[in-house]
Amino acid sequence: MSIFGAVLAWLVDPSHWVGYAGIPTRLLEHLYYSGSALLVGIVIAVPLGALVGHTGRGGFFVVGFANGLRSLPDLGLLILLVLLVGIGLLPVVVALAVLAVPPLLAGTYAGVRNVDRSVVDAARGMGMRERDVLLRVELPNALPLLLGGLRAATLQVVATAAIAAYVSFGGFGRYIIDGLSVQDYPQMASGAILVAVLALIIEAALAGVQRAVVSPGLRAPSGRTRPPPELDTKLPHTPKADDRPAPEMAGVNPS
Amino acid sequence: MKRTLSVLAAASVAVFTLVGCGGGGSGGPLGGASSAAPATPSGVIRVGSANFTESTLIAEIYAAALGAKGVKVERASLGSRETYFPALKDGSIDLIPDYTGTLLQYLDKSATQTSSEEVYAGLRKVIPAPLTVLDKAPGEDKDAVVVTKALAQRYNATSIADLAPHCGELVFGGPPEFQQRPDGIPGIQKTYNCAFKSYRSLDVGGPLTIKALTDNTVQAADVFTTDPSIEQQGLVALADPKNNFAAQNVVPVINSAKATDQVKQILNAVGAKLTTQTLIDLNGKLNAPDKPDPATVAKSWLGQNGLS
Amino acid sequence: MIWGWIPRNGALILGRLGEHVLLSLAPVLIGLVLAVPLGWLANRSRVARSILIPTAGVLYTIPSLVLFIVLPGILGTKILNPINVVVALAVYTVALLVRSVADALAAVPSMVVAAATAMGFRPTRRFVSVEFPLSVPVLIAGLRVATVSNISLVSIGAVIGLGGLGSLFTDGYQRNFLTEVITGIVLSVLLALLADAVLLTLGRLVTPWSRADASAGKSA
Repeated sequence: MSIFGAVLAWLVDPSHWVGYAGIPTRLLEHLYYSGSALLVGIVIAVPLGALVGHTGRGGFFVVGFANGLRSLPDLGLLILLVLLVGIGLLPVVVALAVLAVPPLLAGTYAGVRNVDRSVVDAARGMGMRERDVLLRVELPNALPLLLGGLRAATLQVVATAAIAAYVSFGGFGRYIIDGLSVQDYPQMASGAILVAVLALIIEAALAGVQRAVVSPGLRAPSGRTRPPPELDTKLPHTPKADDRPAPEMAGVNPS
Repeated sequence: MKRTLSVLAAASVAVFTLVGCGGGGSGGPLGGASSAAPATPSGVIRVGSANFTESTLIAEIYAAALGAKGVKVERASLGSRETYFPALKDGSIDLIPDYTGTLLQYLDKSATQTSSEEVYAGLRKVIPAPLTVLDKAPGEDKDAVVVTKALAQRYNATSIADLAPHCGELVFGGPPEFQQRPDGIPGIQKTYNCAFKSYRSLDVGGPLTIKALTDNTVQAADVFTTDPSIEQQGLVALADPKNNFAAQNVVPVINSAKATDQVKQILNAVGAKLTTQTLIDLNGKLNAPDKPDPATVAKSWLGQNGLS
Repeated sequence: MIWGWIPRNGALILGRLGEHVLLSLAPVLIGLVLAVPLGWLANRSRVARSILIPTAGVLYTIPSLVLFIVLPGILGTKILNPINVVVALAVYTVALLVRSVADALAAVPSMVVAAATAMGFRPTRRFVSVEFPLSVPVLIAGLRVATVSNISLVSIGAVIGLGGLGSLFTDGYQRNFLTEVITGIVLSVLLALLADAVLLTLGRLVTPWSRADASAGKSA
């Protein structure tokens, strides 16, 4: 039987769909870890990014902090926390949240920062208080980049939740680790494919959400969008139909 | 979006076609250690070890003993038996310490021998060429179902049989492969009618498993009998009256081509001195907070026993 | 934290660091070499863009650990073969950079391109001397992200037995040895920050006009 056949056979085997080791259980575990971490990441990164973007102060530190967090190795952090704290939900959620924060922070900050200054001025001119300017004007205008950051964060977290299985947690990574220990390649590959499919489905879903939620007025390219702050370039910015922010926010798609 | 989906569909078809044609090779993508190393050059013995400290320790003992008498050695760290045994067979490694009972069951799933002599005799019969086993050591390191003292008292359990009626409420922890080994979860279920609520894949009887037991993440676990933590942490290894776990004497498994008389004599002399208490003591040394190198501990033990 | 462990195991640590550098750098170089022509193609032709960009998006979405495991099945290699890691990460890097390159080239002002053509530059020379240098800043930005990501992803490979600094994590985990894990983390972070700084400096060196602009701006 070819490798492809063996993997497919593993995936359609009904015994792999029931019980505490079954695909549905592992899926729920995987979503549980990912969701908790994203929630924590959002709670930390979005207010921080919005505040710094709104006041315009501390942008340098925010960007530096996000870049610094990005350089932390995920597996190392996870193992460190498990060795310190033991096997509980805390190490997994913290390690994954650390992954989620940089894209969310960068996306929120860039989004708020990039809101057309004239729009903000108009809001202030209308007599809005600072809080209203932020909540009712800047954040909705920042949605494309913010949601782009959310997509990048979600992708990172779902992909990395697979390695939580190495430190004894569940999720789809469990098939990869268990399969490796008994040299069962079909199990390993099935686990890998399940993770990939989950990532693709979630990415597509979020793209749909982005399309639905972002106000139509923001989808048309404005001739005066500024390049995001991380972009250290002196190119005169020529607006194009599919204007995209810098690759530092890799995966951030306002489209 | 539609374009992305069509690209994805086209790509999947392409990928699956490729996979259908390609892949396979010798042993498929999981050739394990074979890819990492070609067959060892003659005159050099590559000593492998599994993914737990005791295996590393004994491998270092073998390597140091051989090296002290002028035999050229190399070391390699591998994974579970399912990973290293193919490497032994294809010559990627030449020598590894193993345990008679579980090795016998790995080679012959229907094996039922449990006593030390019977297991060893059975093993000698089924060990495939070009491999051979040398003398077994007196030291044994068996898997055991281990629980906390509190739990043992609560259920008034001194053996696995006593625990059986309560197994359904307990989570069991152990290495991933324990779920499938004949004397692992399947064996416990068959021998004692004990089916655990669920299984938590931890490490190979190591610090993570001990911690999971003591903080009640799991209520029972697979821990090795030579682990000093059992005593240090106030744990209880439940008795195994029906002999689900067969005798587990330490034994060198070696490629016959490399098993010269000198090599055999060195390894058998080392084995004769490896008692269960020795294993417990040396494991205790390795567990010390400053994490001494297994090679160093091995060498000093050899020196103390006049084997180097 | 057992400091003495570090000098005692210097050779092991340096060996792992070396493996890690090779495994994370090679894919970046290969990815760059492949991404530039692909990005150029995507920029030139609408059809090419509509195939390449979504494909890149899908490949970017698929987690690298998945590629480490699935590629051997497709290519017929062994999982532990380092080629496997390099190919998987190169795919990831290309997927990331193709869009950067395409966008960077698209952002070159059409006036500049027209001027170059008017000056008699043939297309190849125009690309090499004008369009590509102008796209370097965006490219460098993409390279920085790719490099830092790769450095982190190589250590994930340790979960399935690949080497590099990640094996310091897995070994430290098995032995319950914090010092080893912390050493690995610190080295990994330092490596990432160093690579990032090097790329940033390289970018500044290769685009002298950006420095000239800055100083002109200051004196104005």
